[in-house]
Amino acid sequence: MIEIRWHGRGGQGAKTAAMLLADVAFFTGKYVQAFPEYGPERMGAPVTVYNRIDDKNIRVHSNIYQPDYSIVVDESLLEVVDVTAGLKQSGAVIVNTSKSKEEIIPHLHGYEGELYTIDARKVSMETLGKYFPNTPMLAAVVKVTKAVDEETFLKEMEVSFKKKFATKPEVIEGNLAALRMALKEVQ
Amino acid sequence: MAKRERLSGNEAAAIALRQINPDVFPAFPITPSTEIPEYFSKFVADGLVDTEFIPVESEHSSMSAALGAEAAGARSLTATSSCGMALMWEELYVAASDRLPLMLALVNRALSGPININCDHSDSMGARDAGWIQLYAESNQEVYDNFVMAYRIAEHKDVRLPIMVCQDGFITSHAVQNMELLEDEEVKNFVGEYEPEHYLLNSKESMAVGPYGVSNYYMESKYAQVVAMENAKKVAVDVMNEFSKMSGRQYGLFEEYRLEDAEYAIVLIGSAAGTAKDAIDRFREEGKKVGLLKIRFFRPFPGEEIAKALSKVKAIGLMDRAESFSTQGGPVGSETLAALHRAGNTAKTIEYMYGLGGRDIKVEDFWKVFDELEEATETGNNPSGYRYIGLRE
Repeated sequence: MIEIRWHGRGGQGAKTAAMLLADVAFFTGKYVQAFPEYGPERMGAPVTVYNRIDDKNIRVHSNIYQPDYSIVVDESLLEVVDVTAGLKQSGAVIVNTSKSKEEIIPHLHGYEGELYTIDARKVSMETLGKYFPNTPMLAAVVKVTKAVDEETFLKEMEVSFKKKFATKPEVIEGNLAALRMALKEVQ
Repeated sequence: MAKRERLSGNEAAAIALRQINPDVFPAFPITPSTEIPEYFSKFVADGLVDTEFIPVESEHSSMSAALGAEAAGARSLTATSSCGMALMWEELYVAASDRLPLMLALVNRALSGPININCDHSDSMGARDAGWIQLYAESNQEVYDNFVMAYRIAEHKDVRLPIMVCQDGFITSHAVQNMELLEDEEVKNFVGEYEPEHYLLNSKESMAVGPYGVSNYYMESKYAQVVAMENAKKVAVDVMNEFSKMSGRQYGLFEEYRLEDAEYAIVLIGSAAGTAKDAIDRFREEGKKVGLLKIRFFRPFPGEEIAKALSKVKAIGLMDRAESFSTQGGPVGSETLAALHRAGNTAKTIEYMYGLGGRDIKVEDFWKVFDELEEATETGNNPSGYRYIGLRE
């Protein structure tokens, strides 16, 4: 079982990204869970969202305390939340940032596992012209976790975008470009 | 053919309702149940159902409209949570005593205060004496299946009682999980047309609904509800067996998990059962004989059957997700204890309170419960008082 914890801020689409990841994994035959942890709901407040992905039925309903992966959609959260709390040393943390890894490491409370970074703002601005961090972050998660193979991921996301953006097909290509670019940009 | 899906509990509920195609659905929004009427109103707008959807101005009105429609002869329901249910309190009793088999899609949420939107069972447990059948679910699959079965139980001529189909707020209602859907046609055929024996809009039979019940009749009226509730047990079992033939998924009044040879058992309701099962499997690997009894129907309460299922265990953890302030535990604890006492079962028990206001319950919490049960048995001390799980000091 792969367990993923997403850290975002209300309105950034962390929940949507986790739901999309569950969708894609589901279509490849996996058992999935995607669920948010709700506090007082407001734009900009820290939110936590969880994914479980497994080959067998998932029964556990608790939050995730020892995730394999921690996804930081908003780097300002590094100051507020211990994003590596309970994170497995065999796992990884993925941070949305334009900074170098050396600049991020001091915020990781001595975490010794892998660190990946992606500049989701750059990807989003270049491909969509607006800042939607969740699409590039989703691609980064797929790349790092290998929860789904990249080809299948892109194929399924195309189907999903065509459905989701049926009324505004002009944004489909941009979103797909964001995914493709993010798959290359994550480091 | 079953269709493989991944849905939230609220989506699953709304899809089951689309397949059932009820006649009247009045609703007023409240988190976390809002999505059910939200999804359903889209089905109405898209012409996928011919239900009369009525946006009303409060929950007092939604339950009033639903029971009025049901009395008229229409298959009806509403949805709510927490304080929304508190506002329909008076009507809950009216629906039950007027023997109106409508449905309440209840997404369990803590009652105020402090104000809290997350799961516990204080809303439905507060209404346990209102005369409704209460059916609970562990997973999104069970939520969906319960909706498909509910009207068949409630509308049965030996029952005719309203039914509350409950699920855990956010934990299942807002969590996406794998599940299987039945074909629309299968659900339609299983649920069937609603043909009430007596109803207000029957021009051939004039009747009154909800008249004054003088003391000379009131107790007989209440006892008739008790008989109906008792009948609901057998009807529910029959419906669940028939459902199993169609779906391949067998349900009972409660579920026993690895209970057959268990020395230590826990009793609880709802989504925590899934987490408990994982805890039990890992404890079993260490050779510890532990098991679970998950209550599905809290009303009617299958006391005799529960006592029988627990007849061989040494100690039992009775776990509640609703405070009753009796200072002796919660409703699951007190009702199970009464059933055990009546059956002459003297197993040691510890009453636990967990998960209030959405406090998470983890696999490790269950290990601690089983350890405490084992300790109580080995030391021979009778555990006194009840215990809060995960309480911060």
